Amino acid sequence: MVDELLGIAGLSLYVAASSTAIASLLGVPLGAVLALREEARGRRPTLTIAKAIVFTLYGMPPVLAGLLVYLLLSKEGPLGALALLFTPTGMILAQVLIITPIVTGVTYSAVASVGRDVKDAAKSLGAKGWTLTATVVEEARLGVLTAVMVGFGRAISEVGAVLIVGGNIRGSTRVLTTAIVLETSRGNFAVAVGLGAFLLVIAFGIFLVLWRLQERGYR
Amino acid sequence: MVPRRVLIPILVAALLVAIALPAALPRGREIVLATTTSTEDSGLLDYLLPRFTADTGIHVRVIAVGTGQALELGRRGDADVVLTHAPAKELEFERAGHAAYRRAVMYNYFVLVGPTGDPANGTGPDVYHALRQIVRCLCPFISRGDDSGTHTKELQLWRAAGLVPEPSAWYREAGQGMGATLRIADQLRGYTLSDDGTYYTMADRLDLAVIVSHEPPLLNNYSVMPVNPSTHPDVRFAWADAFAQWLTDAAKGQAFIQSFVVGGRQVFEPNASP
Repeated sequence: MVDELLGIAGLSLYVAASSTAIASLLGVPLGAVLALREEARGRRPTLTIAKAIVFTLYGMPPVLAGLLVYLLLSKEGPLGALALLFTPTGMILAQVLIITPIVTGVTYSAVASVGRDVKDAAKSLGAKGWTLTATVVEEARLGVLTAVMVGFGRAISEVGAVLIVGGNIRGSTRVLTTAIVLETSRGNFAVAVGLGAFLLVIAFGIFLVLWRLQERGYR
Repeated sequence: MVPRRVLIPILVAALLVAIALPAALPRGREIVLATTTSTEDSGLLDYLLPRFTADTGIHVRVIAVGTGQALELGRRGDADVVLTHAPAKELEFERAGHAAYRRAVMYNYFVLVGPTGDPANGTGPDVYHALRQIVRCLCPFISRGDDSGTHTKELQLWRAAGLVPEPSAWYREAGQGMGATLRIADQLRGYTLSDDGTYYTMADRLDLAVIVSHEPPLLNNYSVMPVNPSTHPDVRFAWADAFAQWLTDAAKGQAFIQSFVVGGRQVFEPNASP
């Protein structure tokens, strides 16, 4: 019983952390580049459209993301041969789809609000391309950390996509959120609330560690 | 220090490999079973599957969904074997060539349940009479409304009773699983059709009484169908076949189904033909 609970919680953490890591590796540079391009070249229609797309995807229902990834990974789908359906990897893929736009959007806002002087100073010191991006991201690290945390919060609390793509298989793809759905449908409200409390405690612990790291970064 | 422009792609690649690796490694002797929530919620699978694995060394990954979704998983080859309870839909599945074969496994009865006191006054042996009584009093009826085996059965019963319910103030479609639907019926003091396993498992938490049960129109037949390997070459037919054979074997699956009790009650009656 305890073993099973720890397994479920561990998988929740693994899936949420992996998808947040991948989404951050994609979304942070993307958001930063978007903001820097806008600053360097002014408000172009293509950038506005790109921004509108990113923020539209904020509103992507997780169930839809789950269904799309299901169709992608299904045996009859284009990636069926990879046999990723009903595996944690498939669940990670679905969550990357959901949280990358969020990380991108929040990073964009954070980088856009970094002062012009910082960017000019970096440029005058010869920074360009990825070096400039890295410098600005570092300067906007509080906002970027927020982007990563919001992404993680969304990933660990998400249920619609992981239910469809993972299948809520006991001992294999069951995570805390899908276990809550199952126990609720069985009428075991006490167990469901207990699982929810456990999830919140885990999230609290993670955020506490992240904020400590952040504060230490500022010395 | 390694420049960032080198470091970042390396980190990305390493992470992707680490995540993809477990899925790329060959899986063990394992099949995916798509089945209905009733077989899992009743605890039957928790009782049977460890015994099957001990006998054969084959592990079973269970996707417990409505019969509609379970059959769709089989139709797409995403499940290796299905265990469902909607004969009409199963025959259609079989006719379309998705099943290697279809075999009866077990049965129990659906139960028509309603608020204690039975305001519609439908209690008795005749389920059609009970349904007509519910319509007469316009008492709330909560339908699963989700294309599940139970929903399919419910629609057949209405049709056989000569009635066509439309979503309205008294006829409501929950679109949810059996447990959730029973709770809605409980809260709204409504009637609903349930599989008896789920109902009896939850009965002590519900203010719902049996209106009609154990009558022939309420028979609930479960069948197993391994997915056809000639239309879906990727399915693990040999192990799916072993599962279906084991389940219908009088000395194995059938005997265990017979001995599976919840709260002193036998939940399913095995009925595979020898």
